[in-house]
Amino acid sequence: MIGKFTILATAASALVLGAIAQDIAIENAKLWDGSKLTEDATIVIRDGKVVAWDDGALPDGVEAIDAEGAWVTPGIIASFTQAGIVEVGAEDSTNDTVAPASPYSAALDMSDAFNPSAAMIDMTRLEGVTRIVVAPGISSSLIGGQGLVADTSGTPDSITKSKAFTYINLGEAGAGVSGGSRPAAWAKLRAALGDARTYPARYITSSDGDALNRIDAQAFSAAARGQQLILIGVSRASDIRQVIALTEQYPNLKIALVGAQEGWMVADELAAADIPVIIDPFDNLPSRFENLGATQKNARRLIEAGVKTAFYYSDDASHQARLTLQSAGNAVGSGVDFEDAMRAITSAPAEIFGLDGYGSLTTGSAGDLVIWDGDPLEVMSAPTRVFIDGEEQTMESRQTKLRDRYLDLDESEKPLAYRR
Amino acid sequence: MKHAIKLMAGAAIAVSLSACDNGKETEPTETTKTAKSETSEAFNKNPYPSTYKPYPSETVLLQGATVFDGIGNEYQNYDVLLKGGEIAEIGEGLEVDDDVEVVDASGKFVTPGIIDNHSHLGVYPSPGVSAHGDGNEASGPVTAEVWAEHGVWPQDPGFTRALAGGITSLQILPGSANLFGGRGVTVKNVLSRTVQGMKFPDAPYTLKMACGENPKRVYGYGNGGFPGGAPYSRMGNMAGYRNSWIKAADYKKKWDDWDPDSDEAAPARDLELDTLKGVLDGDILVHMHCYRADEMAQVIDMSKEFGYKVASFHHAVESYKIADKLAEENICSSMWADWYGFKMEAYDGIRENIPMVHNAGACAIVHSDSDVGIQRLNQEAAKALADGRRVGIDISKADAWTWLSSNPAKSLGIFDQTGSLEPGKDADVVVWSADPFSVYANAEKVYIDGALMFDADRPQKTPVTDFELGQPGEGDIK
Repeated sequence: MIGKFTILATAASALVLGAIAQDIAIENAKLWDGSKLTEDATIVIRDGKVVAWDDGALPDGVEAIDAEGAWVTPGIIASFTQAGIVEVGAEDSTNDTVAPASPYSAALDMSDAFNPSAAMIDMTRLEGVTRIVVAPGISSSLIGGQGLVADTSGTPDSITKSKAFTYINLGEAGAGVSGGSRPAAWAKLRAALGDARTYPARYITSSDGDALNRIDAQAFSAAARGQQLILIGVSRASDIRQVIALTEQYPNLKIALVGAQEGWMVADELAAADIPVIIDPFDNLPSRFENLGATQKNARRLIEAGVKTAFYYSDDASHQARLTLQSAGNAVGSGVDFEDAMRAITSAPAEIFGLDGYGSLTTGSAGDLVIWDGDPLEVMSAPTRVFIDGEEQTMESRQTKLRDRYLDLDESEKPLAYRR
Repeated sequence: MKHAIKLMAGAAIAVSLSACDNGKETEPTETTKTAKSETSEAFNKNPYPSTYKPYPSETVLLQGATVFDGIGNEYQNYDVLLKGGEIAEIGEGLEVDDDVEVVDASGKFVTPGIIDNHSHLGVYPSPGVSAHGDGNEASGPVTAEVWAEHGVWPQDPGFTRALAGGITSLQILPGSANLFGGRGVTVKNVLSRTVQGMKFPDAPYTLKMACGENPKRVYGYGNGGFPGGAPYSRMGNMAGYRNSWIKAADYKKKWDDWDPDSDEAAPARDLELDTLKGVLDGDILVHMHCYRADEMAQVIDMSKEFGYKVASFHHAVESYKIADKLAEENICSSMWADWYGFKMEAYDGIRENIPMVHNAGACAIVHSDSDVGIQRLNQEAAKALADGRRVGIDISKADAWTWLSSNPAKSLGIFDQTGSLEPGKDADVVVWSADPFSVYANAEKVYIDGALMFDADRPQKTPVTDFELGQPGEGDIK
């Protein structure tokens, strides 16, 4: 369902990049294309897209790259991050994830903040992540605002899809900013849905609704009418059941969950309701009363129940979005099938966020591709080359430059500051 | 109210200390009593002693494994014999009596247990509700008088998760709000009804200190407003430490000069200065939260000014910038593999920090500071090792294991008991399902003093904390 929406912005940005993308063929690859693993594969990318190839002679004008048997995978999608909307977490001046003093909620659009030049973008790309889902935090309202999807090229037009979803938190955090309880949060959400579903009619005579001002009602109206994904942060099994009940009341809402530590306890209901989840496979501590049932087996149980499952890394979702891969590797260590884990960081998030043509390397897919020096989920592996929309990316970041400056501490001739 | 008073007093540490004396429990009666006893010790330095006793263990032969011994050696197809709670022998084709339990460890890996020298388990336990925030005595910038062990909740489910990750010992530290945060405590990762039941026997006490942003944020611009409390700046941090060390030196001199056999009354006790004097006496090891290279250099000069030594800089994300100096001073760095950027003093964190420190000949340690990270420290070491190799720093896996066992043990003063697979040491040992530098490896068996405390094949034998009993997911595989 959710997988079906295509947003024009996606196609537009691909076209722009496609015009300058190289045409390349990667030969002798151990290719995992999103659904199967092929040894000695050749993959061809023209105009930024994967094209069908039957292993005959390569087309003209294509640069051939011998992968020498290395792993090649779709670019990784980090499915819940705050990369590019904060530079230094503890420095408020650099942090656009939250706005505790703003009168607005649903209208807070992370596209207004996203900085493709943020230092962490390069660092994230260097670890094989080519697309990031960027979500707002929760500060003064249970509705955090509008999230986006971007690539990690660092170029000015790197937003793939703005207003990709509205983020809402119905866990303890959402309750805390709704007056202090779950019933208060639910009352607010139901009122907000009522406001937004009747926007603009009810705002003809007043600028305030029951829960939302005019601006927020306008921003929330697409989600409230089922035309935009609602991503809901929620942990406890009973809270998840409440969300499932909401979708029964409003069948057209498009909902995905993030967190969902106790999702395994309601896995069958989630599967039946066709609600996907984004989870952190590391989550195994009863860190709050709302996730007493947290276990590393969550991923395996959800996937086995048929719930569409994507992975993220929650401990530092901005700077460490790159650890999405380590999360997936640990899921495998906890019993998840390798290919299911790979899907959870490529095709599953693409489907959840309606990114047609991403997260796989089959014909027509975007040329987001990574060549690795080993098993991509292994902690000792790293990308050797990264392509976004068919364009090869630099493997340099502020971190690699710092590293190179200090690899040798000899400053007998000049201070190290002269070395770059 | 108390908070405000302490912040004001903090503006001048000397005032703060004398003000503290009035408010604290001093026990002149007991001191006098002790002074007249036979012992030269005027007071009990260990009033909350360890009651930890190794649990019963069998003699076990771990057979045919790949072994990292924790001091830089890798052996193929090796055996490790655990007997009487100790490492009895390691070698090839060890022969044992028929009644000895033999664990087939072929294809598996055996290492010393991982030691995390930076944890807040117990003082910031799960669930992280406000009632559980016992890790920071944030009431003043100098709280050397508090002891982490007095805040540890031994029922923290985090201990069991760390055990499943191969953690056999850990240091629990107070948080980093303060210039002097208080004493840390080193424990065996064995659940107990009491903290005393976990305390690592004879481990020295440690002192947590903190550089940089935290003290000035908590006491200066963050909490005090303008003009606010002190320290307000890094200058204030250094002045705060130095004022305390001057007090401590004076206190130490009083005790050193005092003759217990004379009629003269013993000097008045001061809990705060007891700890600082312990450092100057060489009994207590300093573990200092310090990110930036320039600040570490300042602290090294200060330690020489007052005559003590830093055991390890923690969170030292910029150690790579002064790795030569740290090697020369023989100071350890306790580091993350890849954390960076969450605060300004973490902005220059790089992924090669650990191997670059190691490569310079300095003591490198992988630490967690996290109830999540502590469960996978082997993976953190693996990431750092791989990143180092990519820039030509060729370190073996066996050498990298020193970051997880022998080096942290040395930093805690417990290396003569644990941290390597050498005969006579505590049998703190992990059997891994596969190469522990792989993301897919799991700790299968964890022995502490030879007792099998975790067994992945028998989850029903693994511990469940009081808190988790009767809760959703009780006893589930975590």
